[in-house]
Amino acid sequence: MISLQSYLIIGALLFAFGLFAIVTRKNAISVLFGFELVMNAAGLNFAAFSHYSDKTLDGQIFTLFIIALAAAESVVILALIISVYQKMNTVQVSDISKLKG
Amino acid sequence: MELKEIIFLLIAGITVLSGWLVVSLKNIIHSAFSLLVSFFGVSGLFVYLHADFLAATQILIYIGGVMILILFSIMLSEKVYNLSIFHRSKFFPALLILGGILLILGRVILETSWKGQVLDPAPSGPTTGTLGVLLLNEYLLPFEVISVMLLASLIGAVVLIRKEVFGSEREDTSS
Repeated sequence: MISLQSYLIIGALLFAFGLFAIVTRKNAISVLFGFELVMNAAGLNFAAFSHYSDKTLDGQIFTLFIIALAAAESVVILALIISVYQKMNTVQVSDISKLKG
Repeated sequence: MELKEIIFLLIAGITVLSGWLVVSLKNIIHSAFSLLVSFFGVSGLFVYLHADFLAATQILIYIGGVMILILFSIMLSEKVYNLSIFHRSKFFPALLILGGILLILGRVILETSWKGQVLDPAPSGPTTGTLGVLLLNEYLLPFEVISVMLLASLIGAVVLIRKEVFGSEREDTSS
Protein backbone atom coordinates (compact mmCIF):
# COMPACT_ATOMS: atom_id res chain seq x y z
CA MET A 1 0.00 0.00 0.00
CA ILE A 2 1.33 3.38 -1.00
CA SER A 3 1.01 5.91 1.79
CA LEU A 4 0.50 9.66 1.73
CA GLN A 5 3.92 10.17 3.25
CA SER A 6 5.76 8.76 0.24
CA TYR A 7 4.15 11.32 -2.05
CA LEU A 8 4.93 14.08 0.44
CA ILE A 9 8.56 13.01 0.60
CA ILE A 10 8.85 13.04 -3.19
CA GLY A 11 7.31 16.52 -3.14
CA ALA A 12 9.73 17.67 -0.46
CA LEU A 13 12.71 16.33 -2.44
CA LEU A 14 11.57 18.07 -5.63
CA PHE A 15 10.99 21.31 -3.71
CA ALA A 16 14.45 21.18 -2.12
CA PHE A 17 16.12 20.45 -5.46
CA GLY A 18 14.25 23.32 -7.07
CA LEU A 19 15.30 25.71 -4.33
CA PHE A 20 18.88 24.45 -4.69
CA ALA A 21 18.80 25.20 -8.42
CA ILE A 22 17.36 28.67 -7.80
CA VAL A 23 20.13 29.48 -5.34
CA THR A 24 23.15 27.98 -7.08
CA ARG A 25 22.59 28.32 -10.80
CA LYS A 26 24.06 31.20 -12.78
CA ASN A 27 22.12 30.85 -16.00
CA ALA A 28 18.70 32.50 -15.78
CA ILE A 29 17.06 29.63 -17.67
CA SER A 30 18.44 27.16 -15.15
CA VAL A 31 16.93 29.28 -12.39
CA LEU A 32 13.63 28.85 -14.27
CA PHE A 33 14.16 25.06 -14.15
CA GLY A 34 14.33 25.26 -10.37
CA PHE A 35 11.16 27.32 -10.32
CA GLU A 36 9.36 24.70 -12.40
CA LEU A 37 10.49 21.95 -10.04
CA VAL A 38 9.12 23.88 -7.06
CA MET A 39 5.78 24.37 -8.83
CA ASN A 40 5.61 20.68 -9.69
CA ALA A 41 6.28 19.75 -6.08
CA ALA A 42 3.46 22.01 -4.91
CA GLY A 43 1.04 20.52 -7.43
CA LEU A 44 2.02 16.99 -6.47
CA ASN A 45 1.37 17.75 -2.80
CA PHE A 46 -2.06 19.21 -3.57
CA ALA A 47 -3.03 16.18 -5.65
CA ALA A 48 -1.77 13.79 -2.96
CA PHE A 49 -3.74 15.51 -0.21
CA SER A 50 -6.80 15.55 -2.44
CA HIS A 51 -6.52 11.83 -3.05
CA TYR A 52 -5.91 10.83 0.56
CA SER A 53 -8.63 13.03 2.06
CA ASP A 54 -12.32 12.95 1.26
CA LYS A 55 -13.93 12.26 -2.05
CA THR A 56 -13.82 15.90 -3.16
CA LEU A 57 -11.50 16.96 -5.92
CA ASP A 58 -10.66 20.43 -4.63
CA GLY A 59 -6.96 19.68 -4.44
CA GLN A 60 -6.88 18.66 -8.07
CA ILE A 61 -8.51 21.97 -9.00
CA PHE A 62 -5.73 23.77 -7.17
CA THR A 63 -3.16 21.69 -9.02
CA LEU A 64 -4.79 22.75 -12.28
CA PHE A 65 -4.53 26.40 -11.25
CA ILE A 66 -0.90 25.87 -10.27
CA ILE A 67 -0.12 24.35 -13.66
CA ALA A 68 -1.80 27.27 -15.45
CA LEU A 69 0.03 29.80 -13.27
CA ALA A 70 3.39 28.10 -13.80
CA ALA A 71 2.89 28.00 -17.55
CA ALA A 72 1.92 31.69 -17.73
CA GLU A 73 4.79 32.74 -15.48
CA SER A 74 7.35 30.73 -17.37
CA VAL A 75 6.19 32.35 -20.61
CA VAL A 76 6.68 35.81 -19.14
CA ILE A 77 10.02 34.86 -17.60
CA LEU A 78 11.30 33.46 -20.88
CA ALA A 79 10.20 36.62 -22.69
CA LEU A 80 12.10 38.66 -20.09
CA ILE A 81 15.19 36.48 -20.48
CA ILE A 82 15.15 36.82 -24.26
CA SER A 83 14.65 40.56 -24.09
CA VAL A 84 17.46 40.92 -21.54
CA TYR A 85 19.66 38.83 -23.82
CA GLN A 86 18.90 41.11 -26.73
CA LYS A 87 19.86 44.15 -24.66
CA MET A 88 22.82 42.91 -22.64
CA ASN A 89 24.03 39.89 -24.63
CA THR A 90 24.09 37.66 -21.57
CA VAL A 91 21.73 35.54 -19.50
CA GLN A 92 24.07 35.03 -16.53
CA VAL A 93 22.23 36.23 -13.45
CA SER A 94 25.36 37.67 -11.86
CA ASP A 95 26.10 39.81 -14.93
CA ILE A 96 22.68 41.41 -15.04
CA SER A 97 23.25 44.08 -12.43
CA LYS A 98 22.29 47.29 -14.18
CA LEU A 99 18.71 48.40 -13.87
CA LYS A 100 18.71 50.82 -16.78
CA GLY A 101 20.58 49.06 -19.56
CA MET B 1 -0.49 -5.18 -5.38
CA GLU B 2 3.18 -5.97 -5.24
CA LEU B 3 3.75 -5.03 -8.88
CA LYS B 4 1.89 -1.76 -8.32
CA GLU B 5 4.29 -0.79 -5.54
CA ILE B 6 7.33 -1.74 -7.56
CA ILE B 7 6.18 0.44 -10.46
CA PHE B 8 5.44 3.26 -8.02
CA LEU B 9 8.95 3.04 -6.59
CA LEU B 10 10.37 3.02 -10.11
CA ILE B 11 8.43 6.15 -11.11
CA ALA B 12 9.31 7.90 -7.86
CA GLY B 13 12.97 7.02 -8.28
CA ILE B 14 13.01 8.31 -11.86
CA THR B 15 11.30 11.54 -10.79
CA VAL B 16 13.65 12.26 -7.90
CA LEU B 17 16.79 11.17 -9.75
CA SER B 18 16.05 13.30 -12.80
CA GLY B 19 15.12 16.16 -10.47
CA TRP B 20 18.59 15.92 -8.99
CA LEU B 21 20.12 15.71 -12.46
CA VAL B 22 18.32 18.95 -13.40
CA VAL B 23 20.12 20.59 -10.52
CA SER B 24 23.53 19.00 -10.95
CA LEU B 25 24.24 18.56 -14.66
CA LYS B 26 26.64 21.01 -16.25
CA ASN B 27 25.22 21.12 -19.76
CA ILE B 28 22.00 23.12 -19.81
CA ILE B 29 20.50 21.05 -22.65
CA HIS B 30 21.01 17.85 -20.67
CA SER B 31 19.51 19.61 -17.69
CA ALA B 32 16.46 20.58 -19.74
CA PHE B 33 15.92 17.04 -20.95
CA SER B 34 16.16 15.61 -17.45
CA LEU B 35 13.60 18.21 -16.42
CA LEU B 36 11.39 16.73 -19.12
CA VAL B 37 11.88 13.24 -17.65
CA SER B 38 11.01 14.64 -14.24
CA PHE B 39 7.78 16.09 -15.64
CA PHE B 40 6.94 12.67 -17.06
CA GLY B 41 7.58 11.13 -13.65
CA VAL B 42 5.30 13.60 -11.90
CA SER B 43 2.65 12.83 -14.50
CA GLY B 44 3.00 9.13 -13.68
CA LEU B 45 2.56 9.96 -10.00
CA PHE B 46 -0.64 11.82 -10.91
CA VAL B 47 -1.87 8.62 -12.52
CA TYR B 48 -1.16 6.81 -9.26
CA LEU B 49 -3.21 9.46 -7.44
CA HIS B 50 -6.20 8.72 -9.72
CA ALA B 51 -5.86 12.18 -11.26
CA ASP B 52 -6.09 11.22 -14.90
CA PHE B 53 -7.00 14.67 -16.16
CA LEU B 54 -4.07 16.19 -14.28
CA ALA B 55 -1.69 13.64 -15.77
CA ALA B 56 -2.86 14.48 -19.29
CA THR B 57 -2.69 18.21 -18.54
CA GLN B 58 0.80 17.85 -17.14
CA ILE B 59 2.02 16.15 -20.30
CA LEU B 60 0.18 18.55 -22.63
CA ILE B 61 1.17 21.79 -20.93
CA TYR B 62 4.58 21.09 -19.46
CA ILE B 63 6.06 18.74 -22.03
CA GLY B 64 4.16 20.03 -25.05
CA GLY B 65 4.31 23.71 -24.15
CA VAL B 66 6.76 24.78 -21.51
CA MET B 67 9.60 22.45 -22.48
CA ILE B 68 9.41 23.51 -26.14
CA LEU B 69 9.51 27.15 -25.06
CA ILE B 70 12.44 26.51 -22.75
CA LEU B 71 14.39 24.65 -25.43
CA PHE B 72 13.70 27.44 -27.91
CA SER B 73 14.90 30.10 -25.54
CA ILE B 74 18.00 28.10 -24.65
CA MET B 75 18.87 27.87 -28.32
CA LEU B 76 18.02 31.54 -28.86
CA SER B 77 20.06 32.82 -25.97
CA GLU B 78 23.58 31.73 -25.23
CA LYS B 79 26.21 29.31 -26.35
CA VAL B 80 25.33 26.11 -24.60
CA TYR B 81 28.68 24.63 -23.78
CA ASN B 82 31.07 27.21 -22.38
CA LEU B 83 29.07 28.26 -19.38
CA SER B 84 30.29 28.47 -15.84
CA ILE B 85 27.05 27.23 -14.50
CA PHE B 86 27.25 27.29 -10.72
CA HIS B 87 27.90 30.03 -8.23
CA ARG B 88 30.93 28.35 -6.66
CA SER B 89 30.82 30.48 -3.53
CA LYS B 90 27.18 29.71 -2.90
CA PHE B 91 27.42 25.96 -3.45
CA PHE B 92 28.08 24.82 0.11
CA PRO B 93 25.67 27.22 1.84
CA ALA B 94 23.06 26.05 -0.63
CA LEU B 95 23.89 22.43 0.17
CA LEU B 96 23.41 23.27 3.85
CA ILE B 97 20.06 24.89 3.09
CA LEU B 98 19.05 21.84 1.05
CA GLY B 99 19.95 19.48 3.89
CA GLY B 100 18.18 21.64 6.44
CA ILE B 101 14.99 21.87 4.41
CA LEU B 102 14.99 18.13 3.75
CA LEU B 103 15.59 17.41 7.44
CA ILE B 104 12.77 19.68 8.64
CA LEU B 105 10.28 18.63 5.97
CA GLY B 106 11.12 14.95 6.44
CA ARG B 107 10.64 15.18 10.20
CA VAL B 108 7.33 16.98 9.78
CA ILE B 109 6.10 14.51 7.18
CA LEU B 110 7.12 11.39 9.06
CA GLU B 111 6.17 12.42 12.59
CA THR B 112 2.80 14.00 11.94
CA SER B 113 -0.12 11.68 12.50
CA TRP B 114 -2.19 12.64 9.47
CA LYS B 115 -5.64 12.74 11.01
CA GLY B 116 -8.55 12.19 8.67
CA GLN B 117 -6.31 10.49 6.16
CA VAL B 118 -8.01 7.80 4.13
CA LEU B 119 -5.49 5.00 4.30
CA ASP B 120 -6.41 3.06 1.21
CA PRO B 121 -8.58 5.20 -1.07
CA ALA B 122 -10.85 3.32 -3.37
CA PRO B 123 -10.10 3.79 -7.06
CA SER B 124 -12.46 6.36 -8.49
CA GLY B 125 -13.70 6.79 -12.02
CA PRO B 126 -12.57 9.41 -14.51
CA THR B 127 -12.24 12.81 -12.87
CA THR B 128 -12.64 15.05 -15.88
CA GLY B 129 -16.41 15.51 -15.59
CA THR B 130 -16.26 16.25 -11.88
CA LEU B 131 -13.44 18.72 -12.40
CA GLY B 132 -15.40 20.49 -15.11
CA VAL B 133 -18.48 20.80 -12.91
CA LEU B 134 -16.35 22.13 -10.05
CA LEU B 135 -14.64 24.65 -12.33
CA LEU B 136 -17.90 26.05 -13.60
CA ASN B 137 -19.67 26.15 -10.24
CA GLU B 138 -17.58 26.53 -7.11
CA TYR B 139 -14.40 27.74 -8.72
CA LEU B 140 -15.88 29.94 -11.42
CA LEU B 141 -14.27 33.16 -10.20
CA PRO B 142 -10.70 31.76 -9.95
CA PHE B 143 -11.23 30.13 -13.33
CA GLU B 144 -12.12 33.45 -14.93
CA VAL B 145 -9.28 35.22 -13.14
CA ILE B 146 -6.87 32.59 -14.45
CA SER B 147 -8.14 33.08 -17.98
CA VAL B 148 -7.70 36.86 -17.73
CA MET B 149 -4.23 36.30 -16.31
CA LEU B 150 -3.32 33.99 -19.19
CA LEU B 151 -4.42 36.69 -21.62
CA ALA B 152 -2.38 39.27 -19.71
CA SER B 153 0.72 37.09 -19.75
CA LEU B 154 0.26 36.44 -23.47
CA ILE B 155 0.10 40.16 -24.21
CA GLY B 156 2.92 40.85 -21.77
CA ALA B 157 5.23 38.32 -23.39
CA VAL B 158 4.53 39.68 -26.86
CA VAL B 159 5.13 43.26 -25.72
CA LEU B 160 8.37 42.33 -23.95
CA ILE B 161 9.77 40.57 -27.00
CA ARG B 162 8.57 42.93 -29.73
CA LYS B 163 9.36 46.29 -28.19
CA GLU B 164 12.49 47.00 -30.22
CA VAL B 165 10.93 45.90 -33.50
CA PHE B 166 7.95 48.18 -33.05
CA GLY B 167 10.22 51.12 -32.30
CA SER B 168 12.35 50.62 -35.39
CA GLU B 169 9.28 50.14 -37.59
CA ARG B 170 7.83 53.38 -36.35
CA GLU B 171 11.07 55.21 -37.14
CA ASP B 172 11.08 53.68 -40.59
CA THR B 173 7.59 54.91 -41.39
CA SER B 174 8.24 58.40 -40.03
CA SER B 175 11.44 58.79 -42.07
